[in-house]
Amino acid sequence: MPDQDLTQPQRVQIAATNDFVVKFANVNGSGSASANGLFAKAIIRMGVPVGARNIFPSNIQGLPTWYEVRVNGDGHLGRRGGIDLAVALNPQTWDDDLAEIVPGGYIFYDSTKPMPPSKFRDDVTILGVPLTEICNAAYKIPRERQLFKNIAYVGALSHLIGIDPGIVETLLAEEFASKAKLIDANVRAFHLGRDWAKENIDPIGLQLKHADGVGNRIFVDGNRAAALGAVYGGATVCAWYPITPSTSVAEAFMEYCEEFRTDTDGSKRYAIIQAEDEIASIGIVVGAAWNGARAFTCTSGPGISLMNEFIGLSYYAEIPAVIFDVQRGGPSTGMPTRTQQADLLIAAYASHGDTKHVMLIPGDPGECFTMSALAFDLADRLQTTVFVMLDLDIGMQDWLVEPFVWDDARKLDRGKVMTAEDLDAGIPFGRYRDVDGDGIGFRTYPGTHPSKGAYFTRGSSHNAMAAYSEKGADYSEGMQRLLKKFATAAELVPPPIARKAREATRTGVLYFGSTAAAMHEALETLERRGRHIDAMRIRAFPFPQEILDFIDAHDEVFVVEQNRDAQMRSLLMIEGNVDASRLQSILHYEGTPLTARFLIKEFSEKMAKTAPAMGKI
Amino acid sequence: MTYIVKPKLHHPSLPSNAIGLTRRDYEGRISTLCAGCGHDSISAAIVTACFELDLQPHRLAKLSGIGCSSKTPDYFLGQSHGFNSVHGRMPSVLTGANLANRDLIFLGVSGDGDTASIGISQFVHSVRRGVNMCYIVENNGVYGLTKGQFSATSDKGSKSKRGAENMESGIDLVSLALQLGATYVGRSFSGDKDQLVPLIKGALTHGGAAVLDVISPCVAFNNHAGSTKSFDYVREHNEAVNRLDVILGRALIKADYAPGEVREVTQHDGSVLRLKKIAEDYVATDRNAAAAYIQEHKAMGQIVTGLLYIDPHATDLHDRIGTTRTPLNALGTEELTPGAAALAKINAGLK
Repeated sequence: MPDQDLTQPQRVQIAATNDFVVKFANVNGSGSASANGLFAKAIIRMGVPVGARNIFPSNIQGLPTWYEVRVNGDGHLGRRGGIDLAVALNPQTWDDDLAEIVPGGYIFYDSTKPMPPSKFRDDVTILGVPLTEICNAAYKIPRERQLFKNIAYVGALSHLIGIDPGIVETLLAEEFASKAKLIDANVRAFHLGRDWAKENIDPIGLQLKHADGVGNRIFVDGNRAAALGAVYGGATVCAWYPITPSTSVAEAFMEYCEEFRTDTDGSKRYAIIQAEDEIASIGIVVGAAWNGARAFTCTSGPGISLMNEFIGLSYYAEIPAVIFDVQRGGPSTGMPTRTQQADLLIAAYASHGDTKHVMLIPGDPGECFTMSALAFDLADRLQTTVFVMLDLDIGMQDWLVEPFVWDDARKLDRGKVMTAEDLDAGIPFGRYRDVDGDGIGFRTYPGTHPSKGAYFTRGSSHNAMAAYSEKGADYSEGMQRLLKKFATAAELVPPPIARKAREATRTGVLYFGSTAAAMHEALETLERRGRHIDAMRIRAFPFPQEILDFIDAHDEVFVVEQNRDAQMRSLLMIEGNVDASRLQSILHYEGTPLTARFLIKEFSEKMAKTAPAMGKI
Repeated sequence: MTYIVKPKLHHPSLPSNAIGLTRRDYEGRISTLCAGCGHDSISAAIVTACFELDLQPHRLAKLSGIGCSSKTPDYFLGQSHGFNSVHGRMPSVLTGANLANRDLIFLGVSGDGDTASIGISQFVHSVRRGVNMCYIVENNGVYGLTKGQFSATSDKGSKSKRGAENMESGIDLVSLALQLGATYVGRSFSGDKDQLVPLIKGALTHGGAAVLDVISPCVAFNNHAGSTKSFDYVREHNEAVNRLDVILGRALIKADYAPGEVREVTQHDGSVLRLKKIAEDYVATDRNAAAAYIQEHKAMGQIVTGLLYIDPHATDLHDRIGTTRTPLNALGTEELTPGAAALAKINAGLK
């Protein structure tokens, strides 16, 4: 809070029920992640919605890591901005953590070795718990002392903010269901911390109460959801190269396949190859899909850069491929563990020559599941690369979303494939003939028929019968047909989701991806302040017509995105033929998820400046 | 010569194989390579090998990268699906295709630029993964399509057409393949059809990663005095260690050779590799001895050819990762999608 005068002591302590922000500051490799997860899950089990975010470095041990928990009974789960309670367990970041606390907030720390008074703020209440001392007295083994210190602070916090201890015990029992010894040990550590706090500190102003705000929702990260979508979408081949923040897509796919795709004799109805690099990964995907399997790779920006040539082949030779791009901070190595939406342009136009690619853009982990499964149908239907554009904030963070749904009547849509029966029936085959007027030809899988339907696939120029041709007319016909196919894609991709303002307005906002979480809260707050904005969440590229209609219907249109160069705005200008002056950017690209407060501030400033007479129409 | 359309008429007296196909049924379009190119001889050898193996052409998939060699899959097996992919990346595409349908035979055709320069990483990793394939490198030591630059298999000291001397060490692909764990390694010469055809037949029936380094002189850019990949040079320095016959499982096996000279190896599919020794001291089932022999003779200026290594107990990628026998591309919704009830359980575990 830079505008706060810190010399004026404030005795006020924030009091709030089911509405506050807790930030844990830890050292990575200390085992804090599971304790922090337990904290968040316990609150959810109390029926109180939670948004939780790991903020971590590209490192395994010793560097600072944070876990920010937004508790909000109304269900606003994006980042709010500011911290009400800092659980400051990392002396390295103490000063920064302290500075982030809002006036009247609290700081919790391990007081075994007390901090000097100069290290505190007058307007922040100190909650010192001698965690090290408690655990050193209770445990002999150094590793236990460290690990149980984490559970002990959850115990102390449970007393301070009113977490139901019974729920924590249940969660621990579920977590260690197969290791009864660990249940008892963890429960004991939890109570060590809780009992000490009970005896020495009163509960604080931030309190939790049982509520009914969570409903049936599940708590899951987008990478896991995308992997599950790939299982349900019938993917059988996964080729990948480890890269943050996408690695857990492949790992979760492996886990689900082991469970659901293993025959009784142990043989596998899937193949996962950890390739030597991203080029081989996409090559394996293209080869497998050419031969009729559903295949995907998962990667992040640097991987997309490497895959460009193959993506062009997939486009031009018309081979299905699904690529999950969990976007991180670029360019180059950039910020591997920070979130951004800065791969839109490279994905949309990957590879040399004239290319355009389909992108699906989920707004939360729930959509990661549905769009992942859909991506395989679309890739087969359109015979091209389909990107699923996650970002780190969706991919690697647990979000509270509606449960996954699947219709058992749904069949995998393999698109236009000719079988041996079709060929025997005398249906003429020409690989790139536009027989249906949608720009999509029929293909055959290798090995289909002894004398019909074989063709030669190539990245060099070809005619409608797949024969090599550099004739201008053959080339142009193919390129024009690919444009027609792209127009077909715009009809098949998920349409945008509109949210109308409560009052008629000439202002609109387009947004996408993880911005959704903070956007709803910002729009509601702005509405209460009399600022009405129609909103539309873009969910795919090519753009369905509704998006362009939305721009037409508003005088002032904002595009909110998490990159420096306003890449979505560029796409709208290029593909939607929208005049540059019609689209104003709100950009957030420092690598952390954007907050509702940031959006409110941006809208307030920009709307006031550009449309002073804005009001009812 | 692309303007010439190949006639489809067969002479009625053309011999046919066990599945009733003639040699012509294994041919492709007319080659557009230079007259006399070694690659065309290799294409002809592939046609003969497939004909003699009674292969159903549509059960073979032919894949290549980019370059003169990679153009050749258009010139054989016109009834097979073909894929002319990306420069140096045939191995990954072939790996993926193989994962999708393990029942097909996969023939990868590449060149020395495609395999040893831009694509060496994919070559290396596909071989060490044990992908079931016949990987033929049509090795001419030169970039033909871009008119005569040295490739990574050009020998140190070899001279270009313009007289420049190659100062860099050449990569020996058979030695590399041995180190990588290839279970079938051979080297041959495009000018020696009798040696090459059986080597291709053995590789196509092998059941694991089979690598054939076939020296194939480039008549346009690398067939001059001073080159170590010219017809004359290879003929003079070729040292064949054995002669191979491939006998299909159902054929009667007759011993033509005196005991001790011949070694028979039965492959997974029942085919028998009958190896007739030429070099007394060469053992084709000993990986380390083979590697040492090749290096020693290379140092003497000899090009060792023949079936250099065979692992009779070869396994492939599918064996190693435990894929089901049914081709993955034949699995449908029921086999792949766990259904709503399973999803409900997953949901319950995420609360």
